[in-house]
Amino acid sequence: MIETSSLASGALLANEGGGGLHSTAASGAFSALWLVVGLPLLGAVLLLVGGKRTNPFGHILATALALGSFVVGVLMFVTMLDKSGPGRSVDQHLWTWAPVNEFQADIGLHLDQLSMVFVLLITGVGSLIHIYSIGYMAHDENRRRFFAYLNLFVAAMLLLVLANNYLLLYVGWEGVGLASYLLIGFWQHKPSAATAAKKAFIMNRVGDFGLAVAIFLMFTTFGTFSFEDVLGGSATASDGTMTAIGLMLLLAACGKSAQFPLQAWLGDAMEGPTPVSALIHAATMVTAGVYLITRSAEIFDASPDAQLAVTIVGAITVLFGAIVGCAKDDIKKALAASTMSQIGYMILAAGLGPIGYAFAIMHLVTHGFFKAGLFLGAGSVMHGMNDEVDMRRYGGLRKYMPITFVTFGLGYLAIIGFPLLSGFFSKDKIIEAAFAKGGTSGWILGAVTLLAAGLTAYYMTRVMLMTFFGKERWKEAPAGAPADWHEPHPHESPVSMTGPMILLAFGSVFAGGLFALNDSFVKWLTPVTGFSHGDLPMSEWAVTGMAIAMVALGTAVAYLQYARREVPSVAPAASPVTVAARRDLYQDAINEGLVMRPGQYLTRLLVWFDNKGVDGFVGGLAAFVGGTSARVRRVQTGFVRTYALSMFGGTLLVVACTLMARMA
Amino acid sequence: MNGHFPWLTTLAALPFVGGLCVAAVPAGKRRLAKNVALLFSLLTLAVAVVVATKFDNDGGRFQITESYSWISSFGVRWSLGVDGIGLVLILLTAVLMPLLILASWHDADEAPVGADGSAGAGRPAPRGTHAFFALMLLVEAMVVVSFAATDVFMFYVFFEAMLIPMYFLIGGFGGAQRSYAAVKFLLYNLLGGLVMLAAVVGLYVATANQGIGVDGHGTFDFVKISQAVATGQLDIDPTAEKALFLGFMFAFAIKAPLWPFHTWLPDTMTEATPGVAVLVTAMVDKVGTFAMLRFCLEIFPDASKYFAPVVITLAVIGIIYGALLAVGQTDIKRLIAYTSISHFGFIILGIFVMTSQGQSGATLYMVNHGFSTAALLLIAGFLISRRGSKTIADFGGVQKVAPVLAGTFLVAGLATLSMPGLAPFVSEFLVLVGAFTKYKVAAIFATTGIVLAALYVLVLYQRTMTGPVRPGNEKLRDLVPRELAVVVPLIAFLLVLGVYPKPVLDAVNPAVDHTLSRVEQKDPAPTKPIEQAAGTEAHTTGGSK
Repeated sequence: MIETSSLASGALLANEGGGGLHSTAASGAFSALWLVVGLPLLGAVLLLVGGKRTNPFGHILATALALGSFVVGVLMFVTMLDKSGPGRSVDQHLWTWAPVNEFQADIGLHLDQLSMVFVLLITGVGSLIHIYSIGYMAHDENRRRFFAYLNLFVAAMLLLVLANNYLLLYVGWEGVGLASYLLIGFWQHKPSAATAAKKAFIMNRVGDFGLAVAIFLMFTTFGTFSFEDVLGGSATASDGTMTAIGLMLLLAACGKSAQFPLQAWLGDAMEGPTPVSALIHAATMVTAGVYLITRSAEIFDASPDAQLAVTIVGAITVLFGAIVGCAKDDIKKALAASTMSQIGYMILAAGLGPIGYAFAIMHLVTHGFFKAGLFLGAGSVMHGMNDEVDMRRYGGLRKYMPITFVTFGLGYLAIIGFPLLSGFFSKDKIIEAAFAKGGTSGWILGAVTLLAAGLTAYYMTRVMLMTFFGKERWKEAPAGAPADWHEPHPHESPVSMTGPMILLAFGSVFAGGLFALNDSFVKWLTPVTGFSHGDLPMSEWAVTGMAIAMVALGTAVAYLQYARREVPSVAPAASPVTVAARRDLYQDAINEGLVMRPGQYLTRLLVWFDNKGVDGFVGGLAAFVGGTSARVRRVQTGFVRTYALSMFGGTLLVVACTLMARMA
Repeated sequence: MNGHFPWLTTLAALPFVGGLCVAAVPAGKRRLAKNVALLFSLLTLAVAVVVATKFDNDGGRFQITESYSWISSFGVRWSLGVDGIGLVLILLTAVLMPLLILASWHDADEAPVGADGSAGAGRPAPRGTHAFFALMLLVEAMVVVSFAATDVFMFYVFFEAMLIPMYFLIGGFGGAQRSYAAVKFLLYNLLGGLVMLAAVVGLYVATANQGIGVDGHGTFDFVKISQAVATGQLDIDPTAEKALFLGFMFAFAIKAPLWPFHTWLPDTMTEATPGVAVLVTAMVDKVGTFAMLRFCLEIFPDASKYFAPVVITLAVIGIIYGALLAVGQTDIKRLIAYTSISHFGFIILGIFVMTSQGQSGATLYMVNHGFSTAALLLIAGFLISRRGSKTIADFGGVQKVAPVLAGTFLVAGLATLSMPGLAPFVSEFLVLVGAFTKYKVAAIFATTGIVLAALYVLVLYQRTMTGPVRPGNEKLRDLVPRELAVVVPLIAFLLVLGVYPKPVLDAVNPAVDHTLSRVEQKDPAPTKPIEQAAGTEAHTTGGSK
């Protein structure tokens, strides 16, 4: 374990560990940094501008550029390993963007240990998803456009994690929102997809509002919004300001990371093609909120109130997602709810301060592997099942798609925290960190994370059992099936799809252990995020034991319900709690009642008011002052005369006044 | 100081002469008339570029100046000169005009619809096409003069005279209610103009009384007046100053338009042809915001400061009101008109918060809004011309049949909602930051506009472009080369100014600093400036450069 400093305050600790970003200008191999963002961006531009001409090779080009970005990322990583201490933090100034006096907006990149982790995750998992999509989207007439958007998504996310100031981060942040809009709504001919895309974008914009206000506050406080200056100055500014900035950043994180109360877009986002879901949930987008909070460590360390708010949001979401996940029959929506819950873990951990930052990121990376694997696995299942998503219409599929079964199974074991797999190490650490926060809140957060661990085991076991085990329910025609219904012929997916799944399964199994070995991951990040052990009120073994017990309990309950008993192929009537969970705890009804309907009424009222009220009043005034007795609305002729009269009157006025001026 | 060659007069004269030439083309030769119009608009653009190269960002306030006696008995001079703000707006005008002519290529070919909506009643007027393009060029000439005039009376004359060609453009070409829209446009703007005229005269009297002009006469020389105001030589009685400010501001607030003087704009933009609608909102209206920044602030600095909270409140109301109204529209062009009202709110907000970010942002916003609205409205116009309907509900699934049209429409929409990477983002963010440093509450309310903008753009896109192809849209053609020639440059400008707006800002910043010094406003200092914060930790934190 790392020797921790004896300083108690998180803020000071963070300064001890990282102390803002004091970086050197990028040189040597680091000067290729811009290529990490540039390559996928180039791909997006080429494919969109090139149009149909790039159809034959577009997907290959996009995949190659994503891989190229990964290669450059690895090169950066190797170079970074070679350096030590401050040499690992580099800045690359590209060009001056929008300078107005104090407001110096620059296009500049920053690479350090934290962004390095993200670069490898985004480009690595992103590339695998590109490869997988070649097969998955093979028969889509708009495959080229799909790959252009994928490249755009990766580029925007890379810009987000590599920006050296909050304004450029905002560009990547909104870019991610745009790319997700384009991809969720990729099948635009489906009204549900178009609606889901719009919903995601608008809810994200609510979060973006928070980020914008946070940047305004930084500018009025520090006169700058570069990471280096803002984070360096955080400890000196007033608590109130830091709390305000922290809360605004949290609002932003809620939007992008689908945290309560801005979580409602995530489930609907499943309207996009499945690789998109994998990309959104594993490598890009939803992880952005965790990055934002971790990157802004010094801000949150300076404001315990903002940190508390972060942990509360995380705690609510971790349970919210888990409860919803227990009731979903749509395999993608069950996984989506699971993502919400897992990101809740990360946000909660990030809210713990230096105790949790490193573990939040560690869980983010392991989750990136297993959630990408799970989604690609789900896509593979759908691929072989005529795009069926209802798990009640699955069953016993392990015989028909063995590779999918094994890789999905390993991802499953990883996410529930099966001992020695990836999720075990990362999630266990978050539970420990929650208890280590100390005090009542530490106990509450610890209990919440433990409970969620049990729920995770339950809903994931349920998914696993309903999909791969039990009776082959897909063989019977569903009630009310169309006349041309035919039995699906489940089959294994092509190697371009299974290959990435196998690689991700390796990550799901080994990444956690590797990171935990020697605490190498925590040591890697400490210079940026700082680290503290906190104050664990019991032994680490006790926490691990309780976590394993919860997992076993959740698994056992699911086993009793979904393996010992036959799964009905139509969802049975259920208790009000289950019904509520099936309907996402009524999130849409609440949003509709509180925001949408009142908004619609307000809009209609204003449209009426604008036509009658404002127009009528100003029109009447104009008619009155303009000296015409007719109502403006009715005036259709006589305008030239009016005009001539006005000009004449005006000229007279000029002459009269000039004469008066002369006499005066 | 007179330059060697009257560049600005030439720049204004070119479209004017062009207009005359177009009108002189024989009646039967419509194509020739259009080509002449296009040629002159391109020539104007070329001269505008030359003017831009002659402009020195670090040079004096007004450059490329020229001044000739005009109406000597009132001391009115033909004085032209540009600062950075005027220059970039002239460039915007010159760039947009050829695109507008190209976009309107067929808009004046047929007789406009009758008042009852019957298509092409009667035969087209023999010189209708000629008149249309001649008037467009005439408007361009007047807009250029307005941006370059350094004589207050001269500015007023062109500011008002612009109404005449605009009136005929709106009333002669376009939708069924065009007559009503044209009259409404005229009456609103005339009213504003009349009040302003009284204020212009009042200003003249004030200068005469305080001996600013020569031989006991007053003066209209803007440079002289603003100098006299700055030095205290011209010290107008506060009540009179407020009255004069309101007189000027009233005209500009109608032109801009500022809530609640906006109601002429939706009618005008809905009924006019798309090209004319862009002419109104991208160029003519910009004269209003430009004039607020130049004349109201510099001539009446104390009154401007006095009324700033009121204007800011109206601007913020306009931002939110325009956006909400846009969400509720069922007509594509009307929807876009309300987005413009929202955007003008941002521009006016930026001007009256009186910070450098606010005003530079507002100026950049004028340019960017020109491009984004032109793109959105012209593409919408292309779509409408294919279908003969501007009702949103008549469309649906267009991206399936016309993907390029839908894709470019989306880009234009994203620019309208200020997507980073496209030009309007930079200006909107600058305005909001500039507002926030002084008026936090107003800025936060204004920032909600970014959420509403996403709503109105994406709702419009969803209803027209996505979903199953709605009956009647199956045969819509995708963009043709002429239309692409309009759309591609617009999108290119939106992209370039999105990632590299620095050249525009470099030209605008000195002019804004000058304006702010005239109203004696400084940017609020940061509460914890980073240099001081770093002082305790020695030299660890560098600047943000």
